[in-house]
Parts: sequence; structure tokens; C-alpha cells
Amino acid sequence: MAVEVLDEAGVRRALTRIAHEVVERNGGGSDVRFVGIHTNGVPLARRIAEAVCRIEGVEAPPQVGAIDITLYRDDAGRLGATARLEPTDIPFDLTNRKVVLVDDVLYTGRTIRAALDALIDFGRPAAVQLAVLVDRGHRELPIRADYVGKNVPTSRSQKVRVELSEFGQTDAVRIEEAGDGSR
Amino acid sequence: MALGSRHLLGLENVSATDIAVLLDTAESLVEVSRREVKKLPTLRGKTVVNLFVENSTRTRTSFEIAAKRLSADAVNISTSASSMTKGETLEDTARNLAAMAPDCIVVRHPASGAARFLAGVVDCSIINAGDGSHEHPTQALLDLLTIRQRMNPPGGGGGRDWKDLVVTIVGDILHSRVARSNLYGLRTLGAKIRLCGPPTLLPEEFRSFGAELYYDVGEAVKGADVIMMLRIQHERQMGNFFPSLNEYSRYYCLTADVVAKASPDVIILHPGPLNRGIEIASEVADGPYSVIMSQVANGVALRMAVLYQLIVPGADGIRGSEVSRTAVTAADTRAQAEGGDEVRTALRPAAPR
Repeated sequence: MAVEVLDEAGVRRALTRIAHEVVERNGGGSDVRFVGIHTNGVPLARRIAEAVCRIEGVEAPPQVGAIDITLYRDDAGRLGATARLEPTDIPFDLTNRKVVLVDDVLYTGRTIRAALDALIDFGRPAAVQLAVLVDRGHRELPIRADYVGKNVPTSRSQKVRVELSEFGQTDAVRIEEAGDGSR
Repeated sequence: MALGSRHLLGLENVSATDIAVLLDTAESLVEVSRREVKKLPTLRGKTVVNLFVENSTRTRTSFEIAAKRLSADAVNISTSASSMTKGETLEDTARNLAAMAPDCIVVRHPASGAARFLAGVVDCSIINAGDGSHEHPTQALLDLLTIRQRMNPPGGGGGRDWKDLVVTIVGDILHSRVARSNLYGLRTLGAKIRLCGPPTLLPEEFRSFGAELYYDVGEAVKGADVIMMLRIQHERQMGNFFPSLNEYSRYYCLTADVVAKASPDVIILHPGPLNRGIEIASEVADGPYSVIMSQVANGVALRMAVLYQLIVPGADGIRGSEVSRTAVTAADTRAQAEGGDEVRTALRPAAPR
């Protein structure tokens, strides 16, 4: 049994609000660079970056980076190398920029820990902020998000499934009980 | 480990799927060499031994850099500095190394089958870095990666299929492990293969690979998309196979005139070291069609991909059906059938000889 916690409009509103918060907190968007974590974080980063451009009335297409954290995971041994590596591509210099790291779901915090390690290998940003579509709790590391689309209390046995139009689905966030989803 | 085996002994029985996994992984790792910090933490705490019982600069350095970029500890052993000069056998050397619990041994050896032999003796991953005139799988894989990059340029239009590709391999086919590994890999992927060389170095048996044989280099490269030149190993006794180096180069040297007969966007590969003026003219080696330096750069990424796919554990036997016949020892097959590391450990005392 799956419960929908965000529908298409909900995802859109959450990302628009995050974009407004990014602009407000950083005094505009010109110094900010967005980096998405594969897979879902990349289109989310792109959408937030585009929203920031709309808010600021900037025409230029936003530069969005993508990182794959597979090789930085602390549990690579347990998951195995079955996951396909996605290309890491950061087409700009991070040094002295404010970087907003974007992911779909914040859970244990281990993915973000790995992403921070990966990011630092590309330069020394002035600041790193974290934006997530869903914060489901159960942190195992001292990590918190600066921008949260929706806080969703979950139990550890549940799964949070994020579907995005970029991958041929309708935008939605659902909570699934263990056993009824593949993720 | 996501491959059908925990060793890479050759490409003879590696499936097209596994080749694609390795090339895709390597493609994602090419970018690491362009970073400011060229290091990933992935293989932290793992040990890779490079056991080179035959000279090599490129391959050994490439493996060492690849291991280090993944944060593995790399130990190099070369013949001149090893106990093998004191008469120790390969098996004893390997057993002693294995007792120090490395995660992977990369082996180069003048005897064909040395890597496969070691895989049966020790309990860690074995990567064949060239065994006699048998196979040199990582060289072939990096050649395939280089070819694939040119077939499907990033951001460019429609990619080409391996089946539409004509690949000509020229030189000492008989003794070349690079040629043999490439033959297996290209055959698996479905490319059209032409082989060219003096009849003494290109026996009729090679037709059984599904290749066309040519004795005239001009004919062999006509319309070819890829030309792969092999090194004439003149330091080994080649005197019986052709009258003189001069004569060889007159008939088989890749000159600009020969290249002109190939496809207009041909690429030229050479595994190195180059014999300039013998099998390849300098104007060609340094010319616009040469991708020799891309091969070397890709070598590091490809070897990182192989180390990563073989050493990172956890998915043993996920594709048991694709486990290759020769690339796997009996112990492997049993461990995979019964599922996992405990079994492998249990089998250790009775490792097959």
C-alpha cells in the first residue's frame, strides 16, 4: 500500500519554495552553483537552478553539475559494484562559490557524507548547502538539510519512492510499506 | 564484483555484457584524471601486487597509477629485484605473495597460461597483464574503449554499431597477445576483422576466428575504419619469419600512402612501444589519425575499472549463467554456486592445484 505524500503540483511548489529560499539566503543567485547527486538529484538541481533564474530574471542557462558518489560510499563492499557508474561532470570551478548540493531523499546522511568528500576533490567551495525534496529522518551522521521540500516521518521499514518526469514518469513522492516496492 | 568471474585472465570467454560494463565503468572514470585531486577512496585498505616477470613500462605504470588513484596500496615486483632470480618457481613466489593477503595480483609473464595457472594456486583476484603470446586483455579493452569513443563521440550525432566496423590488424599476428585478445573481444562485439602480415606470421588457422586474411597491407586497409598496428618484436628471434627488418618494413610499414586507402575518418592504434620506421612511419604515428596517446590515457581509466569491478566484493555470482569457462577455477564455480565469501574461505586450504 503506497501513500502519496507529494503529487505533481506538490513537487513543483516545494522546488519553487526551495528556489526562493536559496535566493533569499544567498542574496541572489549569481554566486550560487547547483550540483545534483545521481540519479534523481541531477534533474532536481536543474529544476531549482531554472527556478532561481526565473525569480532573478536571468536569461543565461544555469550551470548545473552532476556527481556520482558510488566510488565514495562507505558501504560499497556490502552493496557490491553492481550499480552502474554515472559520469561525474562539474563544468565550473567550485572554488569560492556557494554550492547547493541537491538530492531527492535525505535519510541516513551517508550519501551526503560521500557527496561532500567527492565535492571537495573538485575544489574548495566558499560554502556548501544542502537541498532535498524529502527529509525522512533516521540520520546516522551529523548532517542536516538547509532546504527541505517536505519533512516526512517514516519508519525504517518503509521505502520512499521519488518519481520524476525526466525519467518518463509523473512527478510524485510515495511512501511504500516494505515488500511492495523494489526500492 | 559485478563480472561473471573474479579474475580477468583473457577476453576469450568474456561476454559482450561484461565488456560493456567494463567499458562503461572506464568511461565514467576517465574524468578522474582531469581532476585537481586525482584520487578516489574506493579501494582504501586493499592491496594490489604487480608481479611483472617480463619487462614493461607502460602497462606496469598504468596499473600502478590506476591502483593508486583508487586508493589501493600498490606493490611492484619486477624480475630483477625478486627471488625468482634466485631460482624460486612462479608457484612458490605466488604462494608467498598470497600468504601476505593481497586482494589482487596483476601478473605479466613470458609463459602463455601463467595467469590462469596462478588463478588456480592463490586465493585472490588475478589480472592477466600479458602472458606469453596468449592474451593481454586490458590492452584489448583499452583499445576497444578508444575505438568506442571515436565511434560515439560525446555530444555528437548517431553512434555507430560494432557490426558496421571494419578493423584491420597488421603485423606479427602469430606471436601477438594483443592481437589475440583483440580478436576475441572484437569477435564477441561483432566487428568485421581483417588480419594482415607475412604468411609466416599469419597462419591459415586464424580464419577460424572469423577473420579475413590479407598478405598485402594496401588491400587490407582498403576502407578500414580502424587500423591496429602490432609491434615487431625484433628483440626476440624473428630471423626465421622474414628475411630482414628492411624487407618487412618495405612491405608492411604503415605509411601515409597506405593510410590514404583506408576510410577518410580512420583511426590508427598501436600498443607501443613504437618501432618508428619499421611497422609504422613517424608521419603516421604522430599524424592526425593516430589515437596512440588516447590509448595510453584510456589505459589508466580502463585498469581502474577492472580493479574496481574485480576487487569490490558483494555481488558474487550474480550472473552465474555468464561465468566464463576458462576464466574461472573450479573453486570459484563452487563458491559462486554456494554463494559467497564464507565458502571461498572454507575452500582455501584445499585450493585446487
